[in-house]
Amino acid sequence: MAITQTGELAASPAPTRARLGALGSIGLGAAGLLAFLLIWQAVPSLGLVNPMMLPGPLAIPTAFRSEIDSGMWLRAVTGSLSHYGIGLVIGAALGVAVGVLTGMSRVAEDLTSWVVRLLRPIPGLAWAPFAIIWFGVTPKAAVFIIAISVFWIVFFAAHGAVRAVDRDLLEVAEAFGFRSPLEKLFKIYLPAAMPGILVGLRTALGQAWMAVVAAEIFGVPGLGNRMIEASSLLATDIVVVYMLTMAALYGILDSLFLVTQNWLLRWKA
Amino acid sequence: MDSVIDIRGLGLTFERDGRRTEVLRGLDLAIPRGAFVAIVGASGVGKSTLLRVLIGLAKASAGQVSLATRSAARQPVALVFQDSRLLPWRRVVDTVAFGLEGSGLPKAERRARAVEALRIVGLAELASRWPYQLSGGQRQRVSLARALAVEPEVLLMDEPFSALDAISREGLQDELTRIWQQTGKTILFVTHDIEEATYLADRVVVLAGSPGRAVIDRTIDTPRPRRRDDAADAGLIADIRRHLGKVG
Repeated sequence: MAITQTGELAASPAPTRARLGALGSIGLGAAGLLAFLLIWQAVPSLGLVNPMMLPGPLAIPTAFRSEIDSGMWLRAVTGSLSHYGIGLVIGAALGVAVGVLTGMSRVAEDLTSWVVRLLRPIPGLAWAPFAIIWFGVTPKAAVFIIAISVFWIVFFAAHGAVRAVDRDLLEVAEAFGFRSPLEKLFKIYLPAAMPGILVGLRTALGQAWMAVVAAEIFGVPGLGNRMIEASSLLATDIVVVYMLTMAALYGILDSLFLVTQNWLLRWKA
Repeated sequence: MDSVIDIRGLGLTFERDGRRTEVLRGLDLAIPRGAFVAIVGASGVGKSTLLRVLIGLAKASAGQVSLATRSAARQPVALVFQDSRLLPWRRVVDTVAFGLEGSGLPKAERRARAVEALRIVGLAELASRWPYQLSGGQRQRVSLARALAVEPEVLLMDEPFSALDAISREGLQDELTRIWQQTGKTILFVTHDIEEATYLADRVVVLAGSPGRAVIDRTIDTPRPRRRDDAADAGLIADIRRHLGKVG
C-alpha cells in the first residue's frame, strides 16, 4: 500500500520549471544565445544600422585574428592581467587585514569609523587625478586605482564577517586555553569569517575588472587603452573583440575562484 | 579529604544594563578526586555559571576556588558544552585535537591522541568526517572526545545530553559511566534532569533559590551497574523535587 502511494506521488506531474531537466535548460540557453547572435548580425546586415556603428558577430573573428597576429591582443591582455592581479592582491590583502582588525577590536573600529565614513563614498575612479599626479600614466597608477576599488569591498566584507563570528565558538577557544588575540584570530576568527570574506573577494573580482578598463582609459597600456585606441580609429570590430575578451577573462577567473571557494568551504553542508 | 576542587564562599554577581543580578551566594563545595558529582537545579540558578568560573570563562565576585590538580598539564580542566560547539571548518579528528594545539606536542602525536579519544567515545571510524555530517548524539560524543583529548583531571559537563533524543541520551549516559570508570577522572556534571543525576552520579548537589545555594548534598551509593528504574533512588528524587518546587 505504502509502495503504491509512493509510486503515485512520483508519477504526479511536477511543475513545468522542474520538469525541464538539465539538458532542456542547456538547450534553451543555447537557443537564446543563437537568437541573440542572429539578431545582432541581422541589424547591420539588413542595413538597419551602419556596420561601422555596430559590427556584426561575423566580422569579429577576422578582427580577432588581426589583433593576435599583430601581437596587440597578447600585449593588452598581459598588461591588463598584471594590473588586475597586482591591484587585486594589494587591495584584497589590505582589505582583509584592516577589516579583520576593526572587526576584532572595538578600539580599532571606533578609531577608524569617521575616516571610513569620509573616504568610503569616494569612487575608486575619483582617485584617478591623484593616481596620475603621483605615479604618472603608468601601470602603477592603474594598480593604485584598482587596489582602492577592491579594498573597500573586501574591507567591509571582512569587517562584517568577523563581527558576526559566533561568540560561542570564541568561548570554545578560551575554554581550551587560547586566550590571546592572535590565537583567536587564527583558530576562530579567520576560519569562521572565511565564507563572508570569500563573498567579498568574489564581488571584488568583478569590480576590479571595471576598474581595470576605467584606469586604462587614461592611457595605461592594456585592454581598456587598446579599446580606446581602436574606437578613435572607428575600428568598432576591434572594440568588440576586447569587450568579448574581458567577458571571457572574467568568466575564466570567476570559475577558477568558484572552484577554489568550493574547496575552501568544503566543510559547509 | 583529597579534594581536587575546593570552592569556598563562592559568590557571583552579574551586572547587565546597570542591573545587578546575584546568581550565586556563599557556595561551599569540595569535590574529591575521582568523584562523579551531579549538580542539579532549575534553569537560571547558576549551575552553568559555576562551571564557567571553574574553566575560567567567568570571574567569581566573592569567595575562592582552588584547583588542586597534580599533573603539570596545561589543561587540568576541560569543559563539554551543552550544545556541542564543534568547529564546523575542522574535520572530526582536527576538532578533537583542537585543545592539544597549544601543548607543544608534534602534530602526529596530537593526531594520535585525538584518534585515541575518538576510540574512547566509539567514533574512531568517523575521524575524517565534517561536523555537518554527524548526528546530534555523534556531535556530542565528539565534543566529549575533544575534552578527553587534553587528558584533564577534571571533566566539567554542562547539561551535555539535554538536547538529545531519549535513546541517544541513555546511550551516552551509559557510555559516560563506562568512561568514568575506565579513566578515573573527576566529573562535575550539571543537569536539570533529576533522574539523570541520580542514575549517573555518586553524589548529587541541588542548587536552588535566588541567589543559588546548595540545598541538598547527598551521596548516592546505589551499586553499579545501576538500573534506570531503581527504587532505591525514589526517596531522594522525591526529596529533590520537593526542594526544587518549594524554592524555585
